[in-house]
Amino acid sequence: MALVMFVSYLILIICVLVGVAFVTLLERKILGYIQIRKGPNKVGFIGLLQPFADAVKLFTKEQTVPVKSNFLPYYASPVFSLFTALIVWLVIPYEIGMMNLNMGVLFFLCCLGLGVYSTMSAGWASNCKYSLLGSLRAVAQTISYEVSLALILLSFIFLVGGFSLELFNLYQESVWFLWVTLPLALIWFASCLAETNRTPFDFAEGESELVSGFNTEYSSGGFALIFMAEYASILFMSALFALLFLGGGPSSPLFYAKLVGVSFAFIWVRGTLPRLRYDKLMGLAWKSFLPVSLNYLIFFMGMKMLCYCSMI
Amino acid sequence: MAAVLGNISHKLVSSAVSLGSKCLLKNTGSLYFANSTRGGAKWYPDAEWIKQFEGPVMVPFEGQSMDLPSWNSKLAPVEKKVRNVSLNFGPQHPAAHGVLRLVLELDGETVVRADPHIGLLHRGTEKLIEYKTYTQSLPYFDRLDYVSMMCNEQAFSLAVEKLLGLEAPIRAKYIRTMFAEITRIMNHCMFLGTHALDVGALTPFLWLFEEREKMMEFYERASGARLHAAYVRPGGVAFDIPIGLMDDIYEFISKFGERLDEVEDVLTHNRIWKQRTIDIGTVSAEDALNYGFRYLIRVEEMRQSLRIVEQCLNQMPPGEVRVDDVKVAPPSRAEMKSSMEALIHHFKVFTQGYQVPPGTTYTAVEAPKVTASILWVSRISLMNCPIRESHQVIGEVAVPRCKIKAPGFAHLAATDMVGKNHMLADIVAIIGTLDIVFGEVDR
Repeated sequence: MALVMFVSYLILIICVLVGVAFVTLLERKILGYIQIRKGPNKVGFIGLLQPFADAVKLFTKEQTVPVKSNFLPYYASPVFSLFTALIVWLVIPYEIGMMNLNMGVLFFLCCLGLGVYSTMSAGWASNCKYSLLGSLRAVAQTISYEVSLALILLSFIFLVGGFSLELFNLYQESVWFLWVTLPLALIWFASCLAETNRTPFDFAEGESELVSGFNTEYSSGGFALIFMAEYASILFMSALFALLFLGGGPSSPLFYAKLVGVSFAFIWVRGTLPRLRYDKLMGLAWKSFLPVSLNYLIFFMGMKMLCYCSMI
Repeated sequence: MAAVLGNISHKLVSSAVSLGSKCLLKNTGSLYFANSTRGGAKWYPDAEWIKQFEGPVMVPFEGQSMDLPSWNSKLAPVEKKVRNVSLNFGPQHPAAHGVLRLVLELDGETVVRADPHIGLLHRGTEKLIEYKTYTQSLPYFDRLDYVSMMCNEQAFSLAVEKLLGLEAPIRAKYIRTMFAEITRIMNHCMFLGTHALDVGALTPFLWLFEEREKMMEFYERASGARLHAAYVRPGGVAFDIPIGLMDDIYEFISKFGERLDEVEDVLTHNRIWKQRTIDIGTVSAEDALNYGFRYLIRVEEMRQSLRIVEQCLNQMPPGEVRVDDVKVAPPSRAEMKSSMEALIHHFKVFTQGYQVPPGTTYTAVEAPKVTASILWVSRISLMNCPIRESHQVIGEVAVPRCKIKAPGFAHLAATDMVGKNHMLADIVAIIGTLDIVFGEVDR
């Protein structure tokens, strides 16, 4: 049984990594068409081999290490970040072969919390002011947005009455949670953007301010790992959005269409919006998102209590 | 007692009746001003405000006593020297717009001091011009502000014309104006695109560069060069515009407004864009508008430029495009083939150059870089009096002195004043708004 689980998880990881490759291609293509240009279309058929060419290029480059960096954290943190980005896929409730976590939501939150450390150590160990600033921003931002993510999840936990993500399939058979709690879904999406350091909130990278943010000093393999971790987490967040709000589990093919749709939204946002400022982002988290998600939490709690009371 | 009560009630009634809304405003002012839809500026805590809370605060932390430690003459408290982080912003920074080196002193994310260092693109233009004829000096002006080329050329040409006391033919003037406005649109396309890119919006940059590309094509068709045109010359323009160019320019300007609308759709009413640009880097409320530091002015200016170009197209007169003075402008090719004298003049103009009578001029044009204010214009001063010995050797055909006052230089000098106490991200936005081009700053 353990062997089956191991093998199936291995297959999942491989599929995720291939997915990551094609999400990068999707992003470049969509951004290209938004900006009235073609995007990569030369390598292979309509650019399908571009991500693999990128991978080959990145991994064969010379890896430079800043002279005064703290080598071990500098070297290990990309590995660790990819590790956390891949291990979190365990919570996706596949019906066969996978370990079905009955505390899946908690596991997801743990992995999110852990992911911050890799960013922090990557920026800190690089011994570069831009990296340090970027990682400081990333840590503050990710932690702030985890609060609202956790609260939104908590209100759904009250709704479905359990920590397992399987329950979400069950409870959305008649109507998607998206229609029931549209504001929460929007806040969740925005928080996901912040959590994955995507465009309106990409301060950790902040290309025009911090050169490349926490990964300024990374090149070749290290950079590729960070990059892959980022896109894996985007993919995961899209999957989670589809799972939480759009009904249907990973056993239905439609789930993957929804996943791609949400990923598309991630990229679409990148092509459209300018970057927010760091302090306004924090203001948004603590002054707007937190009150709304807290209110929803209390609302769902009250509703649930009302249901129980009426049953008695 | 009754009298007092009566007095109060009388006052209450009268105030309620007579003042009405004013009374409400006075007593519930906090509610009124908390209304977030009013158009006023929103205050955010800035560095100065936060400074008052540095050091011991009113509420003690756990385990911390409010009392100062008693004076111990034996054991001095450990002193630490604390200083702000200084960050080298550029010259290889992606938002440095070329080769700006900005030494920032940061307090957290807040910029305490912004110190621009310039000179990395210094080519000694003004000095080089002193050893060139007037014809040879012209292309240097393309390379000053290399996103608004023809406007610089026009400044130089006007200055030379003023010293020579001649006037370009009317058609040349129309062509100059038309291309100056096209250049302005080109410059603003670049400005707006890179500014949006600095603020983090990737897309408008590429949209606008597409349009800029089309305008470069007009440049190419008129002058043969896409960027450094050397087209506007003292005494007129280098060549007449080719047949069909005006039709295509009309085609372009009739569509460009729409392109501008698209860009505005993405930016102008975007909440994030507004948050990032409104009230950032103001000089003061009115100066910011006067000096044209703001984004909206540029967009409106592009629309006005379109109108000017359209007028030029509609009223373009026929005729010569160069002054009929063979000492300054080369004679036409046809004339050159038939007339010996014309050939000699052609040779002389391009080898020896021409003499400009001694004199000083201060010529200003309203360059694209700064607008809506006559104080901030790109201007060149030509001083033409043989001061130094070397000029006697070369002869009076060289430009003895040329002082160029570039708008970007003054803008960059304002970085510290404008950017102080803003956040790091705002500095980037401010640099974008200032629209600095290092060709003209470093010269």
